[in-house]
Amino acid sequence: MTILAQQLTLGLMIGGLYGLAAVGLSLVFGVLKVLNVAHGELIMLGGYGAFWLFALFGLDPFASLLLVLPLSLLLGLALYGALFGFVVRADEETRVKNSLLIGFGLALVLHALAVRLWTADDRSIDTPYAGAAISLGGLSIPLVRLASLALAFTLIGGLHLLLKHWRWGQAIRATAEDWQAAMLTGIDVRRAYLLAFAIGTALAGAAGTLVSVGYSINPSIGLEWTLKALIVVVLAGLGSTFGTFVGGLFLGVAEAASAAVFGGPYREVVGLVIFVAVLLLRPRGLFGQ
Amino acid sequence: MLEIRDLDLAYGDARALSGVTLSVKPGEIVALLGPNGAGKTTLLKAIAGLLRPRAGTIVWEGEDLGRLPAHLVVERGLALVPEGRRLFGAMTVEENLALGAFAARARGDRQANLDRVYALFPVLRERRRQLVRQLSGGQQQMVAVGRALMASPRLLMLDEPSLGLAPLMVRAILEVLAQINRSGVAVFLVEQNVHASLTLAHRAYILETGCIVGEGSGADLLQDPHVRRAYLGPLAAREYFRL
Repeated sequence: MTILAQQLTLGLMIGGLYGLAAVGLSLVFGVLKVLNVAHGELIMLGGYGAFWLFALFGLDPFASLLLVLPLSLLLGLALYGALFGFVVRADEETRVKNSLLIGFGLALVLHALAVRLWTADDRSIDTPYAGAAISLGGLSIPLVRLASLALAFTLIGGLHLLLKHWRWGQAIRATAEDWQAAMLTGIDVRRAYLLAFAIGTALAGAAGTLVSVGYSINPSIGLEWTLKALIVVVLAGLGSTFGTFVGGLFLGVAEAASAAVFGGPYREVVGLVIFVAVLLLRPRGLFGQ
Repeated sequence: MLEIRDLDLAYGDARALSGVTLSVKPGEIVALLGPNGAGKTTLLKAIAGLLRPRAGTIVWEGEDLGRLPAHLVVERGLALVPEGRRLFGAMTVEENLALGAFAARARGDRQANLDRVYALFPVLRERRRQLVRQLSGGQQQMVAVGRALMASPRLLMLDEPSLGLAPLMVRAILEVLAQINRSGVAVFLVEQNVHASLTLAHRAYILETGCIVGEGSGADLLQDPHVRRAYLGPLAAREYFRL
């Protein structure tokens, strides 16, 4: 019983990162109607960014978030300017198709780049406090992962406030709901697209940093993270920031539960089962608007 | 104020507007009448910058709007209440109104405009924290008009503001338009309710299959045999009630 509870707790903590990964993908998809299949590679890059800052300058990974966030924001601006800005000129159906092609291309490039720069080996950031854990009623909770969960929640709360109260945050939400109506109120929707994409990339970078502390990264984790994020987006539906976070937690716990009940190899299956089940039973997702 | 000359617009090969020439002068209420599919919505979208004309000019106070994106047209002082209202249903009444003041020209007047909208539609003040999609159709139309007013427009364009509303609500909305006009805002109105809009309008144009086929003062057009037969007779009734 304790073992199951332990596994579920660990599942909850990785679930927070699934949620953070998904929120960025969901924002980009909801606003630009563009599916960025390179989202996982952006997470991978964020992880290596923190790894580099740690290995080269000894910067604590949690502190490096303060650098990784703005740097990935800039990367997002550059990627939009160079690649995705052209996609949004097409109508919505063409957009998704073209964005898939561009996303796959970008994913391959980033993967190759990462192998070149950091080799294909697994890396993780080995902080002095990496092994620290707190005991709670027979459960052992790794401090680093707990902090990652808390930070993921904080970032998502921050995004929520941004979208709710910032002028351009409101513009982003309006554009997501009806871009033509948004234009008619004087919103430059191209700029809303740009900002949403940059914020989505920044969230991916932050997620990557947190992955590199509590877990491990290698150049090939991108696809896996894109898949997790996509499952969570489908599960939670578009338009609710906290709903997406809850969806991530749910996936993490569900994976842990199925691994505990059916054995390790089934961890990956449950997500796909959820994916298909939600599409069949409630295509809008649990919290979709 | 607004001068449209020889405007041509097409969707692919399908011609939607040909040689449309019309004008709106300061302080006027101008109505645009015509059957479904005549191109009325297309014309409004072209003025608002959502559609690009193939030929002709849309001149607003000496400037050609033809290539201006829609968000910059709003900055020039033209606001469109689009067909079907197109509100942000997942947001509150006040958030919708606040977005109406997104344009730089209106940002400074935001509070004054908000007070003005709440004075025109007191019920919106009561409902300001409610999600727009929970409102009745009439209240949603008020939000749509209010959102456009938040942009401090000098020309307010409306695409079928009375569509789907109860007769009492239609009269209320049209009365508010007269009130807005008295405060110095020109109004360009597309309306199915021909009798009411001709009574309200100083002048009107008739658009059929993409061409302007008639023009005159509201009072004259109400007496015009073609208008009476096509828009106020049994045919009009049939169209109005969607029989």
